[in-house]
Amino acid sequence: MIIATICFYLFSAILVASAVLVIAARNPVHSVLFLILAFFNAAGLFVLMGAEFLAMILVIVYVGAVAVLFLFVVMMLDVDFVKLRSGFMRYVPIGSLVGLILLGELALVAGAWTFAPEAASATQVPIPDSAQVTNTHALGLVLYTDYVYLFQVAGVILLVAMIGAIVLTLRHRDDVRRQSISQQVSRRREDSVAVVKVPTGSGVS
Amino acid sequence: MYSAVVLLPLLGSALAGLFLASMPAGHGRDRAAQLATCLCMAGSAVLSIVIFYEVAFQGQGRTIEVMPFIYSGGLQADWAFKFDTLSAVMVFVVSVCSTAIHVYSVGYMHDDPGQPRFMAYLSLFTFCMLMLVTAANLVQMFFGWEGVGLCSYLLVGFWYDRPSAGAAAIKAFIVNRVGDFGFALGIFGVYTMFGTVVFDEVFTAVPTHLTLQLHFLSWDVPALTLVCLLLFVGAMGKSAQMPLHTWLPDAMEGPTPVSALIHAATMVTAGVFMVARLSPMFEYAPDALAVVGIIGATTCIFAASVGLVQTDIKRVIAYSTCSQLGYMFFAAGVSAYAAAIFHLMTHAFFKALLFLGSGSVIHAMSGEQDMRKMGGLWNKIPITYTLMWIGSLALAGIPFFAGYYSKDMIIEAAFANHSPVGLYAFWLGVAAAALTAFYSWRLLFMTFHGAPRADHHVMEHVHESPNVMLIPLYVLALGAVVAGFLGFPYFVGDKSEAFWRGAILVLPNHNSIEAAHHSEIWWVGILPTIVGLIGIGIAYGFYIRDPALPRRLAAQARTLYLFLLNKWYFDEIYDALFVRPSFSLGRGFWKKGDGAIIDGLGPDALAANTLRLARRASLLQTGYIYHYAFAMLIGVVLLVTWYLLVG
Amino acid sequence: MTIGLGHYLTVSAIVFTLGIFGIFLNRKNVIVILMSIELILLAVNINLVAFSTHLGDLVGQVFAMIVLTVAAAEAAIGLAILVVFFRNRGSISVDDINLMKG
Repeated sequence: MIIATICFYLFSAILVASAVLVIAARNPVHSVLFLILAFFNAAGLFVLMGAEFLAMILVIVYVGAVAVLFLFVVMMLDVDFVKLRSGFMRYVPIGSLVGLILLGELALVAGAWTFAPEAASATQVPIPDSAQVTNTHALGLVLYTDYVYLFQVAGVILLVAMIGAIVLTLRHRDDVRRQSISQQVSRRREDSVAVVKVPTGSGVS
Repeated sequence: MYSAVVLLPLLGSALAGLFLASMPAGHGRDRAAQLATCLCMAGSAVLSIVIFYEVAFQGQGRTIEVMPFIYSGGLQADWAFKFDTLSAVMVFVVSVCSTAIHVYSVGYMHDDPGQPRFMAYLSLFTFCMLMLVTAANLVQMFFGWEGVGLCSYLLVGFWYDRPSAGAAAIKAFIVNRVGDFGFALGIFGVYTMFGTVVFDEVFTAVPTHLTLQLHFLSWDVPALTLVCLLLFVGAMGKSAQMPLHTWLPDAMEGPTPVSALIHAATMVTAGVFMVARLSPMFEYAPDALAVVGIIGATTCIFAASVGLVQTDIKRVIAYSTCSQLGYMFFAAGVSAYAAAIFHLMTHAFFKALLFLGSGSVIHAMSGEQDMRKMGGLWNKIPITYTLMWIGSLALAGIPFFAGYYSKDMIIEAAFANHSPVGLYAFWLGVAAAALTAFYSWRLLFMTFHGAPRADHHVMEHVHESPNVMLIPLYVLALGAVVAGFLGFPYFVGDKSEAFWRGAILVLPNHNSIEAAHHSEIWWVGILPTIVGLIGIGIAYGFYIRDPALPRRLAAQARTLYLFLLNKWYFDEIYDALFVRPSFSLGRGFWKKGDGAIIDGLGPDALAANTLRLARRASLLQTGYIYHYAFAMLIGVVLLVTWYLLVG
Repeated sequence: MTIGLGHYLTVSAIVFTLGIFGIFLNRKNVIVILMSIELILLAVNINLVAFSTHLGDLVGQVFAMIVLTVAAAEAAIGLAILVVFFRNRGSISVDDINLMKG
């Protein structure tokens, strides 16, 4: 049990620290890397909580896809981070104010709420005993049966996002040669060859 | 036939208007309009002579019902023509003078492009005037009253492209309007008191309503006096008595025939006619009569004093008209209505003659109206000169000419009245007679005698008027000569009872004409003649013997001279009292009321404020994403806070 | 002490607040905004999973997976927009992006 506690505090501390550094880092590449670190630690927290499937998904999707995408874009955009604008401090007061208010409210809520007595019996999908059914299995049992619509919608969202990203960023580059097969195949003799009667001795001009 | 005398001028006017609208501009259209209007007017004049004979001398007065007009609750007024001696006299005077002036206008306006319009307006005016004098009830009289006011506006502003003419027309109309307001209130008062506006019914009811009191704003006023005073306010406006006289001199902006017809013979006499027509009412309101007398006498001397120093030939005659109207009013004020109407008739003839004669002079001088630029004309236009002499002799009240009989009658009646008002009127009337003679001969001498003060181009052009302009003048001159001694026995003499036949009521206890006839005081009768001759003598001394004398006197008595020249500063006073405040009130309503309040807070303001707020709101769209993100976050925080506190 | 629900919730709250801070405080470039959003979503996920395990209800984890999906999609689109913007404008400094100023 003590290991769990230590692990929890370790993961949490690093998570919070890397979150701070995401915001505060000067180099955006560093920000992304710290974000990756934050994700890893969050995955660790998930494992601690017993949701190992989600933890792995976090690592694969967030770190492997999203954060890498961030990294690609950061590096591609050639941001000149030397030219840092001042005025950072202008928003600190109001920013801290808003943040602290939020934090305070969250603390209030956390301190003041209790579970409703019938909450325990209101579970929609009880977690099966982890000795018999792994977390992954349990999720699979539920996801493809009761929540299949959600699943499909999630797929559609991803499809839309993919199409959107392609549509937004695809651009026609003039200096890249492409083939248009259909154009090639549909070419007719008249378009490519012209018969010219050339008198002897003179050239074709 | 009786209706025709009133309606023929309307027909003439309508025909002239029809020609104006349907025929192409040119000599043919002008001629057609002239013929239509003059023939209709001449027909009306002939009929008026017949009617005058029948009604006044043969006693066949009648009331002709024409058409129903107003039936509203208790108010009943019909179109009806009342022909008794008073209206027959007026119809006669109006028709004859109007016909003469129509014919004169054919010559005077012959190169004016707007002739059909002019002739139509003249005939329309005559129609309205005839409606006024033959009215059998107050509403029809008011219709004629307003109609002549309208025609006065149209005719004074006939040359509408002159700004001064337009201003004068507006001034005439507005000052008249002030009077009309009083008149209208008087009509309302009559209806309130008697329940009817028909003359015959009102007159029979007057003796029983003498003690009626009207309650107004916690005061109890004697009703009959108040109503008579209100009606007299209307007469003041129409007949240019003080203080509503300011429009008359300015109205000389109109063509001379207009001045002759409207502002000498007919329209301005409508007030006198009205007081005479309403004599059954005024006789029972001695306070109102006293006011009439005082105002008439004051106007008489005021206008005469101003006429002494005017330099425009038409303005002198205009002030003379104003003064003579004052005579007529104070005659009415001392209950000598018959004398007032008698003077009205003779005055119509000789004043129209004077105006038209001055028109001939202006015509001869190629449009010059300033007497200081005239002179030396008597041998060049002798006929006009003679006619002007005849008119002036009649005006000054020289024996044998028409004015002597009527004016002397008035002055004698004023004296015989013996009341304070009568004596006040008497002395002022005598003084005014002297002034009248003076300025009339001043006009004659300055215009016709002495060395010519115009340049020789103008003097070469001086020519006698054509016959079409002279013949009406002969007719009027005839009236100016014989109307006096012919009419005297009938109007105010021993045959007057049979003549008037109750058209005018004079109560026996202040019948000043009777008293004047029986008066033993011999010098009252010849005093006006003597002062008239003195006036002529002084004028001779000023303008023939010593022409530099007037200028020296004017320089010495500079303040008095300027006071008179500026018409006792009435125009300036009215300007400061009424015109400027009205303008600033209007401007205030426009700028602040309409502009600031209605536009500022009303529809314009709504639009403007919407725009302003939208512009302010659009400042939220800074374009910076992080601002938007802030906004979202702040919104989230607020939402959470709210749920925490409330939810 | 045993790690209870409250601990996880606290961690989640802190990360959430840090994400909010990140949106406010960054002046450097827009990518940091997107990363802050990812942090916020991460905090939400932690919250969901914590409740799921505490209440013994798998729905929380299903929900968290959907959130994950949406977060990924949103990140992709956001970055695509950013790339296009950078191509057209040449800068992703937060101060310069004010074309929609009204």
